[in-house]
Amino acid sequence: MLTKAIRNYGPHPPKKFSHLMKILIASHTTSSSSTTVDHTELKHFKDLSSSWWDEMGRMKALHSMNKLRIPLVRDGLINVGTVKKEFVGTTKPLQDLQILEVGCGGGILTEPLAKLGSKITGIDVSSELIEQAKQHAAQNLSLTNINYSLESIDDHVKRNAEKYDAVVASEVLEHVTDQKVFLEACVKCLKPKGSIFITTINKTTLSWLGGIVFAEYVLNFVPRGTHDWNKFIAPHITQRVLEDYKCRTRIIHGLCYNFLTNSWSWISDTSINYALHAVKD
Amino acid sequence: MSFNIMFLRKTVNVRNTLNRLPFNLNTNSILKYSINSSNHYDVVIAGGGMVGTTLACTLGKNTKFSDRRILLLESGKKFKWQLKEQYSNRVSALNPSTYNLLDRVGAWKHITDVRYGSVKRMQVWDALSDAMITFNHDELSEMVAYIVENDVLLAAVGKELEQLQNVTTINEAKIKEYQLPKKHEDTSTINMEDGTTYTCNVLLGCDGANSLVRKTMGVHYVSWNYNQKGIVATVKLSEDTENVVAWQRFLPTGPVALLPLTNKLSSLVWSTTTEHAKTLLGLSEEQFVDALNEAIWKTHQQNSMVTEAMKTFNKCLDFIQLPSSAVRQLPPSISGVEPGSRAAFPLGFGHASNYITKGVALVGDAAHRVHPLAGQGVNLGFGDVNTLDRILGEAIYSGSSLGSLNYLKQYESERQQHNVPTMLAIDGLHKLYNTEFTPVVILRSLGLQFTHALNPLKKAIIQHAAQ
Ligand SMILES: Cc1cc2nc3c(=O)[nH]c(=O)nc-3n(C[C@H](O)[C@H](O)[C@H](O)COP(=O)(O)OP(=O)(O)OC[C@H]3O[C@@H](n4cnc5c(N)ncnc54)[C@H](O)[C@@H]3O)c2cc1C
Repeated sequence: MLTKAIRNYGPHPPKKFSHLMKILIASHTTSSSSTTVDHTELKHFKDLSSSWWDEMGRMKALHSMNKLRIPLVRDGLINVGTVKKEFVGTTKPLQDLQILEVGCGGGILTEPLAKLGSKITGIDVSSELIEQAKQHAAQNLSLTNINYSLESIDDHVKRNAEKYDAVVASEVLEHVTDQKVFLEACVKCLKPKGSIFITTINKTTLSWLGGIVFAEYVLNFVPRGTHDWNKFIAPHITQRVLEDYKCRTRIIHGLCYNFLTNSWSWISDTSINYALHAVKD
Repeated sequence: MSFNIMFLRKTVNVRNTLNRLPFNLNTNSILKYSINSSNHYDVVIAGGGMVGTTLACTLGKNTKFSDRRILLLESGKKFKWQLKEQYSNRVSALNPSTYNLLDRVGAWKHITDVRYGSVKRMQVWDALSDAMITFNHDELSEMVAYIVENDVLLAAVGKELEQLQNVTTINEAKIKEYQLPKKHEDTSTINMEDGTTYTCNVLLGCDGANSLVRKTMGVHYVSWNYNQKGIVATVKLSEDTENVVAWQRFLPTGPVALLPLTNKLSSLVWSTTTEHAKTLLGLSEEQFVDALNEAIWKTHQQNSMVTEAMKTFNKCLDFIQLPSSAVRQLPPSISGVEPGSRAAFPLGFGHASNYITKGVALVGDAAHRVHPLAGQGVNLGFGDVNTLDRILGEAIYSGSSLGSLNYLKQYESERQQHNVPTMLAIDGLHKLYNTEFTPVVILRSLGLQFTHALNPLKKAIIQHAAQ
């Protein structure tokens, strides 16, 4: 079971999360004056900023995850009929659709969704990440359909209720303190019949062993305290919360990461990572 | 704020230090310029041989590429094809999967309009024993192979290519050098001798066995020469027959193969030692025909041990009711050679241990080169085209950049899973048959005979070859 945990989980996602964490830590506290600069943290941060868009760099697991999460969103929207028939199979299947990506980071998932034609808004609470995302998108002059914004979902929802055809929250749910409030705000942003897509980590012994015990304590490749197992959320809980906000789950898939080949695959077992697609009534 | 990101342990203030950080995100002005300029293409294909031209046509017809720009650079002159009565000496045996690809891109109908030979049966036998294997098309649902002149194929694909708006072809292109994308770059640059510069998101090297793209990538390349030459020629059959069998006989010097073109003509691929090839090219036409008939027909002195072993083995096969060599068909005899059709090509083996690096992929002979004994060379390249077309289409449909390693890697691993076993098998066959050492002759003969007897194994072999 332990070896399975390592095999399935691999060291990369936690590592990436730890760096993501540091950035989030950093930026969240920019408004507070009583902080000190930790130089080791800064070094990590520098490394990270240069490698965010390096497919084989620190964020490689997020890059390779696109091979699953883009089809999840694209085909999910096709299957529920949100994508107009005439756009299916074209190079811009998501044209005319309004998408919100919550926790967009440097834009690894945002840019491909934009290239598929959607009008996409990416929000994040880290000013550094939003800055990186903007700078990277600016390199490609054809990417005029992205709007990055530095704000939290609970601020965003105030002016954007029922605006989006889809909300995507990939690898963020496991970091938020109040998942109910987070999901409620996400759902509020959706139009009726809109889709919410989530990828996150399950709350199981296996994810505790793989993601925390092994990654942070045995192998030590993630600083202790990066992940808080209490924040991991089981698929049936996510599903129930969504149900409370009138969203019906269509699909739950497990994801399996092979860190040797840096590739993800769909599996039926949701005990470590999972992806979910729900539709608002 | 009710939604908090979890990071309660350590806090850092970086705002003040931000502008001192060496961000590697500076907008690249060259990149911006080139993406706008008309010299930027989504795809550049270097090399317009059979593989490169077919790749350009296949991608051009892929609906995912409808709003993309593809550039094909070929060093040769613009190919003007005219039907000649005389068959070309350069032909390829195309497997069913290549046929499907050519049919899909609309090129096969042009080939049908011109001419091709059909192979319904293949007979392979060993000169040093009676061991034989046949592949019949009724053991399969389809034709074993089609024999098409390389020029006819190029013209057919070219005809479709011409009609595509999204593909530009430049002939007599003189490429000086490539600059492949570095860590934080997304585009390759192609510098031409005349000072023109092209940039692209993905560079596809279809520039043959001496690929400059491959050399620039610096990938490890395993290669050797067989110290053999392939003699090609168009030969006349003594009698009109329903010419639908591909013949291949393993001689101690290398395999000799006849591929059907018409009821009167076959195409010859005769692999032999470099010295012998030189002699064969120097012979008069009559002498050459005699030498060829001898190669196909001559009974080599069979080692008595080999003969005994084969007899015993065939009895065993009969006993367990598997077919022995009862249905042997006799090969044709040759009456002449088309004037001027004789030529020799060096034969070698080569394989790039990586087909891809960031933003670059090798396709066809640039990635792999095999001995022509199994007629697989160009089919492996067409297989690459098929896979690359599907995977690049997926990349676009997923909003990914075309040079993304995550997609190119998939191409590499899928193709290597097919190509490497095929290439090793071909090389293994070559080595297996390049000896007169008795124990090896016995083993290979029993092996061939046994494979022949075992239908499922035969089917497995031919299915792999057909893919
Ligand atoms: C004797 C013999 C018999 C064969 N018989 C068969 C057979 O029966 N069946 C089979 O499947 N295969 C056979 N093959 C193999 C087959 O011919 C090759 O696999 C096939 O030609 C490879 O095609 P390609 O397009 O990859 O490479 P090539 O045909 O080598 O094409 C490369 C192209 O790139 C161009 N080029 C190269 N460098 C540059 C540059 N720097 N700039 C621009 N353009 C460039 C060249 O002009 C050329 O057009 C045989 C080979 C030999 C030698």
